[in-house]
Amino acid sequence: MTPLSRRQIAWRAAQDVTDGSYVNLGIGIPTLVADYVPIGREIVFHSENGILGLGPAPAPGEEDPDLINAGKGLVTLVPGGAYFTHSDAFLMIRGGHLDLALLGGFEVSEAGDLANWTTDDPAMSPGVGGAMDLASGAKAVRVLMQHNTAQGGPRLRRHCRYPLTAPGAVSRVYTDLAVLDVTESGFLVREIVAGLDLAGLQERTEAELAAAADLGVLRVPDLSP
Amino acid sequence: MIDKRVASLAEAVAGIADGATILCGGFGAVGTPDDLFEALLDQGVREIEIVSNNAGTGRRGLAALIAARRVRRVVCSYPRTSDPVVFEEEYRAGRIELELVPQGTLSERMRCAAAGLGGFWSPVAVGTRLAEGKELRTINGRDYVLELPLKGDVALIRADRGDRWGNLTYRKSARNFNPVMAMAAELTVVQLREIVELGVLDPENVATPGIFVDRMVVVGGPS
Repeated sequence: MTPLSRRQIAWRAAQDVTDGSYVNLGIGIPTLVADYVPIGREIVFHSENGILGLGPAPAPGEEDPDLINAGKGLVTLVPGGAYFTHSDAFLMIRGGHLDLALLGGFEVSEAGDLANWTTDDPAMSPGVGGAMDLASGAKAVRVLMQHNTAQGGPRLRRHCRYPLTAPGAVSRVYTDLAVLDVTESGFLVREIVAGLDLAGLQERTEAELAAAADLGVLRVPDLSP
Repeated sequence: MIDKRVASLAEAVAGIADGATILCGGFGAVGTPDDLFEALLDQGVREIEIVSNNAGTGRRGLAALIAARRVRRVVCSYPRTSDPVVFEEEYRAGRIELELVPQGTLSERMRCAAAGLGGFWSPVAVGTRLAEGKELRTINGRDYVLELPLKGDVALIRADRGDRWGNLTYRKSARNFNPVMAMAAELTVVQLREIVELGVLDPENVATPGIFVDRMVVVGGPS
């Protein structure tokens, strides 16, 4: 059994982004999704600091210090892109104008609760940024994260242990081991990596898992650089 | 005659009083009025409350004000932007107070103050720690928390081009919080790259109409 790399998780999530959708990508693994949108689909990426039509990182010599994304990295604007104020950027988020937010996560509960803004680490000041706005406002919220913590602990839980970002927000989770939907009766497993069965996935998960009738293998291309 | 230009950075921040609530434009290092922060340091104001998305980068600008212990309290969504060394030191030492506000709630609370409204019902933060102690209401089956307006005594903002009436344009993502903050303070002070004659700015592209602006100082900078 080989877990997916971060880029492979992003690739898998990108396959489900539909043509014509307006999408916000969170910091971390979600940012990588932009590299893997299937050819032929036109997707408009939104950035909380007032951009629709976010493009890739600039070529050397093309950098503009006034053009950054939510992670404060230098970016470009695609033809057809637009700038606007923070008020409008968050009106789009809060008002349900975005089709999809792909976000990172610390934990997701079987009710779709998301915890992704603080671990209460006393060594750092807390920061929430746009996490709560995105989790409660986008039409669909999907989370990309490792299935387990660095210590092997579960992240898909009955109830989140970390402080919530939004209750009942998440509809799908992409991990390095599986693709799962959040349903009214909890997590429904859609795909699992080759070499791992439902029992093996359950051992790595606190919440109770159910298998979809068409449970499949989570197949991704080799994206090693 | 209307001419909102002032001759110097010192004149731009003159009279800002101890204890003032100061709205600070920018997102990360983009669109931040760093020269006005430095002028505020020289001006000597103390015990200020800063409203800003982030809490300073490196040791310049806002970070320099925090390092000099001029800032009593910070209202922001994400203090830890790139290289937040000074804020982290002061926060860990318990020398600075932090009110954490979701980013969209921060801008909407200021817009609300600008628009003369008494507050708004927001779905954001419902069911989380950041809604604790706030009034709750169910409207059409959805839960909301009451968020109150946030008004500044002063707004320090950064714009690209302006005319003497105070009409302003911005560059790319340097617009960010600047227009909403310009509208939401008693005294709005602008750090401007370039001043142009009345009539030069395309009225279709003015992002902050001059009615919201009180003082402007031209500091130059790359276009």
